Amino acid sequence: MTWVLNNLELIGSRTLSHLLLAIPAIVASFVLALPLGWVANRYRWSRATLLTAAGLLYAIPSLPLFVVLPSVLGFGVRDRINVIVALTLYGLALMVRSAADALASVGMPVVLSSTALGYSAAGRFFAVELPLAGPVLLAGLRVVSVSTISLVTVSSLLGVDNLGLLFVDGFQRGIIAEVLTGIMATVALALIVDGLLVLAGRALMPWTKARR
Amino acid sequence: MNYFSQAIAWIADPANASGPNGVWARSWEHLWYTILAVVLASVIAIPLGYLVGHTGRGRGLVVASSGAARALPTLGVVTLVGLVLGVGLIAPMVALVLLAVPSVLAGAYAGIEAIDPRTVDAARAMGMSEWQILTRVEMPLGLPLLIGGLRSATLQVVATATLAAYVGAGGLGRFLFLGLKTQDYPQMLAAALLVVVLALILEGVFEISERVTARRLHTH
Amino acid sequence: MKTRFAALVAAGVLALSACSSSNPLGSASPAASGSSSAAGSTTLVVGSQQYYSNEIIAELYAQALEHGGYTITRQYQIGQREVYLPELQGGKIDVFPEYSGNLLQYLDKNATAKTGDEVMAALPAALGSGLRPLTASPATDQDSYNVTKANADKYGLASIADLSKVGDSLKVCANSELAKRPYGPPGLKNDYGLNLEVIPVEDSGGPLTVKALKDGKCDTADIYSADPSIAANELVTLTDPKALILPQNVVPVVSAKVDEKAAAVIDKVSAALTTDELVGLNALSVNKQQSSSEIAKTWLTGKGLLG
Repeated sequence: MTWVLNNLELIGSRTLSHLLLAIPAIVASFVLALPLGWVANRYRWSRATLLTAAGLLYAIPSLPLFVVLPSVLGFGVRDRINVIVALTLYGLALMVRSAADALASVGMPVVLSSTALGYSAAGRFFAVELPLAGPVLLAGLRVVSVSTISLVTVSSLLGVDNLGLLFVDGFQRGIIAEVLTGIMATVALALIVDGLLVLAGRALMPWTKARR
Repeated sequence: MNYFSQAIAWIADPANASGPNGVWARSWEHLWYTILAVVLASVIAIPLGYLVGHTGRGRGLVVASSGAARALPTLGVVTLVGLVLGVGLIAPMVALVLLAVPSVLAGAYAGIEAIDPRTVDAARAMGMSEWQILTRVEMPLGLPLLIGGLRSATLQVVATATLAAYVGAGGLGRFLFLGLKTQDYPQMLAAALLVVVLALILEGVFEISERVTARRLHTH
Repeated sequence: MKTRFAALVAAGVLALSACSSSNPLGSASPAASGSSSAAGSTTLVVGSQQYYSNEIIAELYAQALEHGGYTITRQYQIGQREVYLPELQGGKIDVFPEYSGNLLQYLDKNATAKTGDEVMAALPAALGSGLRPLTASPATDQDSYNVTKANADKYGLASIADLSKVGDSLKVCANSELAKRPYGPPGLKNDYGLNLEVIPVEDSGGPLTVKALKDGKCDTADIYSADPSIAANELVTLTDPKALILPQNVVPVVSAKVDEKAAAVIDKVSAALTTDELVGLNALSVNKQQSSSEIAKTWLTGKGLLG
């Protein structure tokens, strides 16, 4: 506990840095997964291909991806962009399946009747399908957010600033409190963001609250 | 992608293939760690999941704690348990089991939850005991979702088991860390490719078993 | 698409890090390190390895330079030499504490230097243009092979050569990269005829490595000589009669942006730092769990270097 009190500033800056890696990746994977999920859902042939590719992407160990991406993207090894792109890829791997499932959960009768009401394809997507897919999308987003926040820590092995550096440093110095702080702060951060997502979901989709 | 061809060449190099530190030995080791972690996780998570699914009690607690478990950074757990227990397989195994438990648990209870309550009621009306309902109705019907849970747990573990080498254990992580620390990126990429190949093989096994169970459920 | 996204994220990161001056450890984004005034800058970037002791030394330089009127950006906990050296060479970092022998061996695989003076004499050429070593400190922190007291007594171990008495194939606990280092298994085989297998424990000779040695998981362990755990655990450091491990004096490597005035500030720190002092600083970090900035401040004040 004394370690925590003596290092509040360090923990704070590591936490902020952690969020600056995780949040852009979470947002990007959500935004990119929507069109991909739509394609997977719309065209039967693409579903298996996209979902298998997403599954395989997830099987790539994170550490090599963090290291190899820089040479592909042309940034330095420690550059934050690499980490964000890598995390976005992992997030996409999880989120594409969720998005496809979410859009599939909107029943065909609903889609057909909104077409009959005169919605264009785009209008129907934003006004009908997306809101109805919301709850399943949110469930997927929550998984992505938790796993992304946890995964950020691996990039500390490359010297990228985030809560994972507390493991690396605590490991070398034998300070268990430091390692434990890193773990608990990561979990707490994940749970807080998760809670915010739930609250945001209730605000944006008030109709789901009644059902619970 | 020059690294790619170099990585393939590294794997194909017979000098890297055999011996206790060779590609074959390390791949087997990696596979063994993966299977062990998933089996241990299953021993913990399947009975618990069935209990929650069957009784419907404790669901909120299980969902919340598996959410927290998903957030556990594996690197941190490996480091922490390593500091306490020393080098070897125990620290990474604890971390990998913790990683696998939430998916298996979710598969186990969701499989039972997804069963039409009328089916369970019918079984009860036929005079089946609770144990019979669980073993003869709920477990077989819940199998596809359980296998799905085991599948995603396995995929996560096989990719993460590379961290075992961080604290003195083996597996494909050996190549990965050595490549990372000496900027030998072809070697590191080779390790990653081998992990993906292992994942593909395991995916294939699950694909087949999912099809077999689906066919069985339909022919009954 | 990808580049625009990257640019957006970069802009966001920059904007946010500009608001939070309390985040000195943020790593460089590409746009942030664009300034390239050739010589004598008052804004300097100090870097350190992913090794707590190296971070302490970097912090000594940083605080001394700040006292001398320089504005310092800290970039600590950067991985191994393979990661940070390109950044030093690329002008993203201006001051970095290094270890003379390992640095030379890394830069020049065929280096023949054996003594500390020979190493220092060879370093400037090996570093090439753009970087230069300042005067080395008397403090050394080098890789060393250690055994437990019990084993040293049992087998009569005093030098690395004596390890042959323990067995034909031995295990050494160390960071995984030792497997490829000239002073690792290849050099041990070549110079001493020993067969050692590296058991990777990625804590840079930290507590887990020591524990593994004491638990008998390995026969010897690579621990940095300034690590207080050697004395604390009564480990025996094996001598190296063939001079396989080059002397590792702490030496600041600096870019062209470091002018003579800044160099003089760093030189004073180097001159005051001895090996015993370094062990003491490390002990404050490991045993008293003090942060590098606390440790540096106390030591610099004690030496009268903060005025």
